[in-house]
Amino acid sequence: MGMKTVLLTATLALGLASSALAADRVVNVYNWSDYIDPTILEEFTKETGIKVVYDTFDSNEILETKLLAGGTGYDVVVPTANFLQRQIAAGVFQKLDKSKLPNLSNTWDEITQRISTYDPGNEYSVDYMWGTTGIGYNADKMKEILGSDEKPSWDVLFKPELAAKFKDCGIHILDSASDVMPSALNYLGLNPDSKDPDELAKAGALLETIRPYVRKFHSSEYINALANGDICLALGYSGDILQAKTRADEAKAGVNVAYTIPSQGAQMWFDLMAVPADAPHVAEAHEFINYMLKPEVAAKASNYVSYANGNKASQALMDKAVFENPEVYPDEATLKKLFTVTPYDTKTQRIVTRLWTKVVTGQ
Amino acid sequence: MQRLISSIASRLVIVVPYIWLLVFFLVPFFIVFKISLSEVAMAIPPYSPVFDLSAGWTAFKDSVSKFSWDNYIWLTQDPLYYRAYLSSLFIAGVSTVLTLLVGYPIAYGMARAPATVRPTLLMLVILPFWTSFLIRVYAWIGILKPEGLLNQFLMWAHVIDTPLNILNTNTAVFIGIVYSYLPFLVLPIYSALEKMDYSLVEAAEDLGCPPIAAFWKITFPLSLPGVIAGCFLVFIPAVGEFVIPDLLGGSQTLMIGKTLWNEFFSNRDWPVSSAVAVILLLLLVVPIVLFQRAEARAQESEK
Repeated sequence: MGMKTVLLTATLALGLASSALAADRVVNVYNWSDYIDPTILEEFTKETGIKVVYDTFDSNEILETKLLAGGTGYDVVVPTANFLQRQIAAGVFQKLDKSKLPNLSNTWDEITQRISTYDPGNEYSVDYMWGTTGIGYNADKMKEILGSDEKPSWDVLFKPELAAKFKDCGIHILDSASDVMPSALNYLGLNPDSKDPDELAKAGALLETIRPYVRKFHSSEYINALANGDICLALGYSGDILQAKTRADEAKAGVNVAYTIPSQGAQMWFDLMAVPADAPHVAEAHEFINYMLKPEVAAKASNYVSYANGNKASQALMDKAVFENPEVYPDEATLKKLFTVTPYDTKTQRIVTRLWTKVVTGQ
Repeated sequence: MQRLISSIASRLVIVVPYIWLLVFFLVPFFIVFKISLSEVAMAIPPYSPVFDLSAGWTAFKDSVSKFSWDNYIWLTQDPLYYRAYLSSLFIAGVSTVLTLLVGYPIAYGMARAPATVRPTLLMLVILPFWTSFLIRVYAWIGILKPEGLLNQFLMWAHVIDTPLNILNTNTAVFIGIVYSYLPFLVLPIYSALEKMDYSLVEAAEDLGCPPIAAFWKITFPLSLPGVIAGCFLVFIPAVGEFVIPDLLGGSQTLMIGKTLWNEFFSNRDWPVSSAVAVILLLLLVVPIVLFQRAEARAQESEK
């Protein structure tokens, strides 16, 4: 076969492939790992004929770097609110066409209101899930070490003499300064949203004192580690730890995982669906977001991942185990103790990352 | 005419590696170098100035005047960076020596094996590449963790009473690097040893040289080019390794790959991370070029 024939065949094949693509409608979704009931995607395709290309990440930093490089090809991405706020400023997202999102009527004002501090007027984003950053633990080991049935407070992590007792059974902490530093600041009685270098240094110093007792700083390994009983204490996301509980219960190996929002308060965060400015399939992206806003779909999603969502109408359809769990849907009093944080500017970010590197590596 | 065509053809063949070098090394290097002289910005892409060739020559000159060495000066002000470089060089160095200790006997055994078996042995060395690198590194987590296969075996054999804590330490990083890069070291040494004329060793032994001395006087020097090539192939990627220390290493494992990741992802500071990358490249390329020159000079003086 001559070169020309090869080229011709290749062009023909490409032509066929692209015309096939034009017939199949596609939406490219980039979401957190372990964060959706896969049957939702299948049913979405069945109902709309739009194929979902689903891809995952496990940290906001990775998502943000891709978005800032541009040309990601993603149509729907799910950043956390404080990251989204900065990304809106960088011109990463396009405004949502609300006329194509009739199911917005199902949203929960309580949550929409809180999100509007990040995304004024809720123009760019819609809540997918929200949750808290708290303590996951092995209930049996906790009882053995503390000698009581009481739920642990931040003391078990942030009091060095107490944390030392958990060293051998294992502590994991999220490898994410923006999730851990606010909790440390809050524990010290300082403003969790502080941008003051001295206060941040104090939080860093607190974390350094417990560093010798931490087995690993990692943002996703703790789910399996808790479920397998490899560790007994983790600073992590509410739903991740409740997923660890589900996995441990299914494995029936006698590992008893629990999650708690510590009594001193915890960070509240929102993961939001947004459409990049250069998304190739804008119409499909809106259809996808609108589908996710259906009460029965939102309920199904929350049932699977054990996170609360911002969909008021879905609450009646949700499993009681999820909706009536105070660690997922906290009561009024706990809700008041939850705090939110805003993004760091470039200079503060550098200080925070440097402090965090010192916490993690000791250097 | 025939001669002309063949001389043009041979020149073309020489041009290919240069084009390769230009497209896949020099151009990317200059892009990274250019970013390292820029400044952070909250935009797409997250640095400035960005060249806009359509804006004309004066705009281009204006952009160039904004370049600065600030990011390189920054690197000298925080001990984190040079510690990370030193720690990476140390980890890569130790791993290379360990890989050589494990790999040389394997290559020697393969080269000495009957000619009919060699292709099979060669296949077996390459075989692990058939599964993904990431999966193989993940598998080591299962082997090394406190309840993992290794500890279970050692406890069963009554060698130890309490599980060894290997995972999340530098030891696990060494194991991971030695395992992952072993074939890169075995193959060049094997090919050097296989070409060797074994009758030289027989001659030495006939003249009363003990086998061990014959190995050090004849076999090892003849395999040296393979050893050097193999060591480079292990050392250079190991210095910048990110995946193995991330999965197997602990939080105290400080490596430049992780530092670079932090600058790039956590700080969104592409300029500083580019500066880190440029220095890393110089750190590796300069000594290797000097070494190559010394080698070439030594060969010439032998003639």
